[in-house]
Amino acid sequence: MELLLVSVLNGLLYGMLLFMLASGLTLIFSIMGVLNFAHASLYMLGAYFAYEISRRVGFWVALVIAPLLCGLLGALIETYGLRKAHRHGHVAELLFTFGLAFIVEKLVLMVWGPTAVPYRVPPELDFTLFSVYGTHVSAYRGFILLISAAMFAAIWLLLTRTRMGFVIQASLSHPDMVASLGHNVPRVFTTVFAGGAALAGLAGVIGGNYLVTEPAMAFSMGPIVFVVVVFGGLGSLAGCFIASLIMGFVQTFAVVLDISPADLLARLGVAVTPATPLAEVLRVPLPRIGPFLPFLLMVFMLLVRPRGLLGTRDT
Amino acid sequence: MSGATIRRRGGARRTWWGSWAWFSALGLAVLLPWIIFDWRHGRHDGFAVALLTQTAIMSVFALSYNMLSGQSGLLSFGHAVFLGLPAYVTIHVMNAIAAGHLWIPEELLPLVGGISGLLFAALFGYPTTRQRATAFAMITFGIGELVTAAATMFQGFFGGEGGVTADRALNTSLLGLSYEPAIEVYYLALAWTVIAVVLMRLLARTPLGRMAEACRDNHERVRFLGYDPHGIRFCQFALSGFFAGIAGALYAMTYEIVTYDAVGATLSGNALFMTFIGGVGVFWGPIVGAVLVVIMQSWVGLVSNAWQIYVGVLFIAMVMYAPGGLAGLIVLHGPVWQEGRIQALLLSYARVALPGLLAVLGFVALVELGSSVMLGEHEKGAVRLFGGALDPASPWLWGGGAALLLIGGSIARRQGRALAARWALIAEGTSAG
Amino acid sequence: MTPALALRDVHKSFGATRIIQGVSLEIRRGERHAIIGPNGAGKTTLFNLISGRLPVSSGVIALNGRPIQNRSPQKIRRLGLTRSFQIISFFHRLSVLDNLRCALLWPLGYRVAFWRLLDRERRLNQAAEEWLERLALTARRDVQAGALSYAEQRALEIGLTVAGGAEVVLLDEPTAGMDRGEADRTTALIREITQGKTLVMVEHDMNVVFGLADRISVLVYGHLIASGAPGDVRGDPAVQEAYLGAEAA
Repeated sequence: MELLLVSVLNGLLYGMLLFMLASGLTLIFSIMGVLNFAHASLYMLGAYFAYEISRRVGFWVALVIAPLLCGLLGALIETYGLRKAHRHGHVAELLFTFGLAFIVEKLVLMVWGPTAVPYRVPPELDFTLFSVYGTHVSAYRGFILLISAAMFAAIWLLLTRTRMGFVIQASLSHPDMVASLGHNVPRVFTTVFAGGAALAGLAGVIGGNYLVTEPAMAFSMGPIVFVVVVFGGLGSLAGCFIASLIMGFVQTFAVVLDISPADLLARLGVAVTPATPLAEVLRVPLPRIGPFLPFLLMVFMLLVRPRGLLGTRDT
Repeated sequence: MSGATIRRRGGARRTWWGSWAWFSALGLAVLLPWIIFDWRHGRHDGFAVALLTQTAIMSVFALSYNMLSGQSGLLSFGHAVFLGLPAYVTIHVMNAIAAGHLWIPEELLPLVGGISGLLFAALFGYPTTRQRATAFAMITFGIGELVTAAATMFQGFFGGEGGVTADRALNTSLLGLSYEPAIEVYYLALAWTVIAVVLMRLLARTPLGRMAEACRDNHERVRFLGYDPHGIRFCQFALSGFFAGIAGALYAMTYEIVTYDAVGATLSGNALFMTFIGGVGVFWGPIVGAVLVVIMQSWVGLVSNAWQIYVGVLFIAMVMYAPGGLAGLIVLHGPVWQEGRIQALLLSYARVALPGLLAVLGFVALVELGSSVMLGEHEKGAVRLFGGALDPASPWLWGGGAALLLIGGSIARRQGRALAARWALIAEGTSAG
Repeated sequence: MTPALALRDVHKSFGATRIIQGVSLEIRRGERHAIIGPNGAGKTTLFNLISGRLPVSSGVIALNGRPIQNRSPQKIRRLGLTRSFQIISFFHRLSVLDNLRCALLWPLGYRVAFWRLLDRERRLNQAAEEWLERLALTARRDVQAGALSYAEQRALEIGLTVAGGAEVVLLDEPTAGMDRGEADRTTALIREITQGKTLVMVEHDMNVVFGLADRISVLVYGHLIASGAPGDVRGDPAVQEAYLGAEAA
C-alpha cells in the first residue's frame, strides 16, 4: 500500500515533467511539422541555466529567468535556423534540429564537464511536507505539482482566451487552413517554438534538481518525450497528457515491481529452467526492462495505430 | 539547346573520368599503407592503418545508409542496429570457429555479417517500412533505443557492459593469412569494401533501385504502375541491412570487441552525419563524408576535444546552405569546369574563401579557448593552443577570436552573395543553371 | 459481352457529405467515354473510387466482370486498369526515360528484380524508346522530368499512364491548362496511343470531349443525369439546364 501510494506520487510527478516537455513538442510538431530533436536540449539548458543563476542569485530568480532565456533561445533558433532550413524542406528541418541537439550536448559537456553539477533543491523547500506510512514526501515534490498545475492553467487560458491561442488551436487541427486565413504564420511559428522552448526550460529548472543535471540528461529524456508525443497522438494535447501520465506510471512502477515473466509463468505452474528457450529473456526482472518499455509501447502503437492514442492525423 | 542535353552529351566523357577517379581512389587506398610507412621501425604505421580500415568500414556503412536516405527518401535514426547486431553475430561466430564448433573461411566472415544484417533488417524492416517520412524516422529511432536497451539487458548475447571479445587469428584463412597484423585485416576490409561498393552501385541501376527512387519522388504514383511501395521499401531496407551487416562483420574483425556502442545512437548519428555531409544525391557522396568524418574524429580528435562540435557545425552548415552535401557542390561545378569557365569564378571564390577562412579560424579559436578553459577547470589539463602555450583566460585571445569570426564572417557573407550572383550569371550559359 | 468497366449503384460519403450518390454506368470495351460535369460534381472522386485510391461506401465496381471496389491501386493496376492525375504526378527527379521504364517494369514482369541491370534489358529499353518516340520526347530522354516544359510534362503524364499497357485507362483532365494548339495536339496523341483501349476521361474542354468521346456521361452533384452519344447528350434538356447552360451563363 505504502509502495503503491509513493509510486503513484512519483509517477504523477514524472508524468507532469514529461507533459511539460511533451506539450511543447507536440505543439511544435503539430503546427510546424517539425519533429524537434533539440527539444530535450532546451530542457537540459534550462536546468544548467537554473543551476548557474541559483548559484549566483537564487532559485526563485532562476525559476523565472531560466525559462525566459530558453524561450529567447527558442525564438532565435526558429528565426535564424529553422526558417532557413525550411527552404530545403522538412527533412532539412529535422536534420537541423538533430545537429543542434548534438552540438548542444557537446557544448554542455565542454562547459560544465561530464559529471553531474550540484544543482540542488532550494533550502526553503527542502523539508518534509507530510509522511505517509513512514515515507517522507518532500515539500519540493508538492512544489513541482503546484508549478505544473499553475503552468497548465496558464497554457489553457492562453489557448482558449487569446487570439493567438485560437490561431494555435486552429493550426493544431487544420494546419493548412491557418495560412490561407491570412494569419501571420511566421509569428505563430516563432511564438509556438519559443513557448515550447520556455516550457522545456521550466521543466529543466524544476526537474534538474529533482532528478539530476548532467550532460546526458537531454539524451535520456529526449527519446521518452518522443515516445509520449507519438503515443498520445499528433495534434492532441489531451492525448499527450494521458500519454505523459501513462509513461510516468510505467516508468515508475517498472522500477518498483521486482518480477519477471518467469515469475508469472511460475505462478501459472510453468517452471523456467536454463534449458527453456529464451530463458534469459524470460528471467529479466521488470526493473531492468524499465528503460525498454516506453520504446516497446511506441513501436507497438505505431504499428497498430499510427495516429496514436487520441491523434487526429497520421504522423 | 537546353542545359540538360549538354549534361548528357558530356556523359561519355564523364563516365571515363568517373572510372578514372574510382580507380585512382582504389589505387590510393591500396598504396597508402606503403606511402605512410614507419621506415624507422620498418613496419606499417599503426595509426594510419587503423584510420584506413575505419574509413573503409564507415564508407560501406554510410553507403548502405544512403540506400535509404538518398535513394529511397527514408530517414533512419537507428541504422547502427544493422551494423551492431551483425557485428555481435560475427564475433560469436568467430568464437565458435575458434572453439572448433564451426568452420568458415575467415575471408567469408563478412558474408556472415551481411546475411545476418539482411535477416535483422528484414525482421525489423517489415513493420517499419509500412511507414514513411516522419513516422519511419521515429520508428527507426525507437528501434535503435530498443536494441540499445536490450544490449544492456541481455548478458548472454550482448555480453553486458564489457561487450563480447574474440581473437581474429582463427587459422581458417583460404589465403593462408593469419590476420594477426592489422594490415592484413585492412586489405581484407578493403576487398570487401570494393565488393560492397560495386554491388551497391549496380543495385542502384536495377529495377528495384530505380523503383526505390520512384517511391522517394512519388510513393503514391508507384501504386498506379502496379507496384506496392511497402514492398519496394522493404526490399531496399533489407538489402541496406545486408551491406550494413558487411560493415558490422568488418567492425568485429578489426576491433575484436563489440560493445553496445556498436548498436548505439552515436553510431546511428554518425551514419547521418557522414551521409549528409558527403551528399545524399550523388552515389559517392557518403564515401567523401565517411573519409571526412573519420579524419575529423581521429586527426582533429587527437589535438582537440571539440572535434564533435566541428562535425556538428559542419553538418548544420551543410543542411542549411548546401543540402546536396560536398559531393553535390563538386558535381555542381562539373559543367562549369568542363566548359572552361571556372577561371571566371576563381577570383570570386578567393574573395569568399579568405574571409571565410578567417571566420573559421576565429570560430576554432573561440571553441578551443572555451574548451581549454573548461578543461583546465575540470581536468586541470594543459593549455596548449596552435602549438604554443597561451593563457586561455587572456581577453585579447577571446577578443581576437570573436573579431575574426565576426569580421571574417560578415565579409564572407557579403562576398558570398556576390559569388552567388556571379555564379548565376555564368551558370546561365551552362548546364549548371 | 461483359462491359470493360461497370459501376453499379456506387456511393461515397465523407462523413455526412455524400459525394457520389448511386452512380451506375457501363463502359464497353474499346469505347472512349468522357465524364463531364460542373466543378465539385464528384468526377475526380469517382476516378479515385474506380482506381482504388479511395474505398467506396457501397456499390460494386467491376472490371471485365470482376469486382474491384476497395482493392488496392496496385491490384487494380495488375488487373488492367490505371489512371493519370490531374495534378502532374510523375517522378520529378528521374529522367524522362526512367519515368517510362518505371511504368513498363511491372507489366514486363520485372517486379523488384535486383539482379538485373536496367540498361542491359533490351526489351524494356526498346519499349521505352518507342514510347519516347510516340510522345515526341526522344530529344528529352535524359532530362529530369521535373525540368520539362508544361506541355511535355502533360505528355509524359499521359505516357506514364498508358505505357504499361493497361486495357482500361482513366485520364483525369489531360488537357488542363493548355492552349488550343496544345490541347489539339494532346487530343491527337490520346487518340493515337489509346487505339484499341478502353478510355474513360474527365475533361472540361468541350472541344476535346466532343472530338474524342464515343459516349458522354454527365455527373452533377454525385448523380449521373445523362449518358449517351455526344449528339444525344448535347440535346438533352436536363444536361443543358444543369451543365451546359450553367457554363454558358
